[in-house]
Amino acid sequence: MGLDPTLLARIQFAFTVSFHIIFPTFTIGVAAYLATLEVLWGWTGAERYKRLAAFWTKIFAVSFAMGVVSGLVLSYQFGTNWSRFSATVGNVVGPLIGYEVLTAFFLEATFLSVLLFGGERVPRWLHVFSGIAVAFGTALSAFWILSANSWMQTPAGYTMQGGVAFPLDWWAIIFNPSFPYRLAHMLDASLLTGGFVVLAIGARYLLANRHVEEARTMLRMAILLTSVLAPLQLLIGDQHGLNTLKYQPMKIAAIEGHWDGSKPGAFEIFAWPDEKTETNLLSIAIPHGSSLVLTHEWNGLFPGLKSVPLQDRPPVKNVFFGFRIMLAIGFYMIAAALFGALLWWRGRLFETRWYLTIVANTWWVGFVAVIAGWTVTEGGRQPWIVQGVLRTADAVSPVPAGSVLTTLILFVVVYLTVFSFGAYFINRLIARGIQDRTLPARPPELASGRAKFES
Amino acid sequence: MDFVALLPFIWAALIGIAVAFYVILDGFDLGIGVLFPFARGDAERDRMLAAIAPFWDGNETWLVLGGGGLLVAFPRAYSIIMPAFYLPIMAMLLALVFRGVTFEFRGIAERKRFWNFVFAAGSTVAGFCQGLVLGGLVQGVKIENGAFAGGAFDWATPFGVLCGLGVVAGYALLGSTWLMMKTDGDMAARAAGKAKVLLLAVLVFMAAVSVFTPLEIPRIAERWFALPNFYYLLPVPILTAAVALADWYFIATRHEAAPFLATIALFLLGYLGLVISTFPFIVPPDLTIRDAAAAPASQSFILIGTLILLPIILGYTALTYWLFRGKVGASAAYH
Repeated sequence: MGLDPTLLARIQFAFTVSFHIIFPTFTIGVAAYLATLEVLWGWTGAERYKRLAAFWTKIFAVSFAMGVVSGLVLSYQFGTNWSRFSATVGNVVGPLIGYEVLTAFFLEATFLSVLLFGGERVPRWLHVFSGIAVAFGTALSAFWILSANSWMQTPAGYTMQGGVAFPLDWWAIIFNPSFPYRLAHMLDASLLTGGFVVLAIGARYLLANRHVEEARTMLRMAILLTSVLAPLQLLIGDQHGLNTLKYQPMKIAAIEGHWDGSKPGAFEIFAWPDEKTETNLLSIAIPHGSSLVLTHEWNGLFPGLKSVPLQDRPPVKNVFFGFRIMLAIGFYMIAAALFGALLWWRGRLFETRWYLTIVANTWWVGFVAVIAGWTVTEGGRQPWIVQGVLRTADAVSPVPAGSVLTTLILFVVVYLTVFSFGAYFINRLIARGIQDRTLPARPPELASGRAKFES
Repeated sequence: MDFVALLPFIWAALIGIAVAFYVILDGFDLGIGVLFPFARGDAERDRMLAAIAPFWDGNETWLVLGGGGLLVAFPRAYSIIMPAFYLPIMAMLLALVFRGVTFEFRGIAERKRFWNFVFAAGSTVAGFCQGLVLGGLVQGVKIENGAFAGGAFDWATPFGVLCGLGVVAGYALLGSTWLMMKTDGDMAARAAGKAKVLLLAVLVFMAAVSVFTPLEIPRIAERWFALPNFYYLLPVPILTAAVALADWYFIATRHEAAPFLATIALFLLGYLGLVISTFPFIVPPDLTIRDAAAAPASQSFILIGTLILLPIILGYTALTYWLFRGKVGASAAYH
């Protein structure tokens, strides 16, 4: 049986990138939280902020390490698995990734070291500054990598010569049409992901009657954040969708399961899109729903999947179901956040155990939503790796399928092992609880110019 | 020569500098991993980890910069080297995944033995694979129509294995001299003992590579032995021998920082030798620096940023090394 190297390379990249995306998403959110805690500690001097910051720094460090090593893999996979992609659009995409490394990675690495190991040897202002620097670094990293990704979705500011992309206008390349929407959507998603984990851990401690003071602080901060950002995400997502309709109509058609562009689109609550018969089976739909959302008109029309030949359509099911999972979680987040805010206002947030039980057990929603969302946006771009410029099948490396399969299996085994340990250790850190440690006295070695690496 | 014609060479120099930074900086912390099985107990291993914990992440970032830089400035070289060394690069990345997470996991875990093994194996495999890629590059890569045209195992040669072992020994030497600087007492004394053996091993590997490459690869023999090149290049081996002697002396007399610095000098001279052997090729024997270059507009766009950001990055690096200067105490534990 012949193995398809393109398919294997896609599976491998989908696996490694989905695995990786979990960690930056989480660390962007947690870094922002850490920075907030550091600033509050610097400002108010309240010990609970310092204890919380120390606790979250450890969780951050474990996730950040996993993000670093899985990200390193990606920066080489562009070449190992997608060498023709690199050769074709390297002139445009390369510098964006280069700027990510130059502006963000060293900043993060340096100030994370200060956060982790600098407790005893740096002044308080530098510790607070390090928290801000790490958070800024993670957001900066998202800026560049999403710019590169958005360019692959909505390329602009370039010209093709001899089958190779050459840059014309860097401003147009960086701020390509879908970038602002994607960046806002992703940053909001990251903060929400982190917010729901903070909410869950706060609720878990409160239910167990542990670290009550810190748990209440975590709950209040998380609800404040999510009750603003969850509804905002709906607005950003809507705008992002309108932008996608303009530039990548087939992605929208797949999202909506919309086959026939000559009719208004219904919103399919559930359906089984069947690519053979080009219809939706088992459909439960709101008539004219999609037309209303996308065109703001009852009878508004937008392109259907049938308007392009079969080989130019994205795989419908991944995109269709990915979108519904993301949307369902989005609505859950809005409900959970606003209900939490309501309870808080009524003064019953810390006593309503059924609510705390639910949020304590839904720490994972952000991660699932992010992976589902990436499935929508990356699957919806197919069969293109760079929309309208380079097909995925033409981008793959001249590497034997056997090599790709071998490394794919290794990646699955290694990543699942590492991930299981990582999840286990993070859970242990949470179970171990917030260490009630004040700053230890200055160790004698320090005074004599010697180091002691303990935080 | 105008600026546009000069750009590829500026970039080759910048990437060369990034690779040198990577090899030296991550070299010493990978070397600590290579030395891990030979440590005396977990207390000593804790101290070894504490001696590199604040630095490893920044050190590894130079590898991203090297790989990313190649994609940015020489996408054609990147798109040939990566598939050509697919398996060793993937093995290196997986090894780095394992050893990278060890820093965090080992501190939380109860069973340290497993993570000791993971850290040692990951560091050693990563260094060995880097040597394989280096050896394969020096020997040359088969290119047809601008793409890699060789087999999946072209890198698996005795010379590749020689380079792999050489890099592992070299990293271990960097690691042991780092420990001479960052620890004291018995531990520093034992590090010096290891450093002596490792220095001898490194010199044997360097000599083997220096004999093998001109014998097997005519263009390298010509580069070094044709007149008048021979006279111009003669200082390189002489200087290398002098630095090696100095390194031995510093180790034997238990200097603190000098052995590490001399080892760096030895690495840089070996690196210079390889550059002399391969210039002007970025992927020998066919692809030159100029042929592989990205569009001038791309190279200059990121050059502006690099000239501003590289000093800042060097500043960060210096800050880290300054903040965490001094020796690691015997009671050191990971956070």
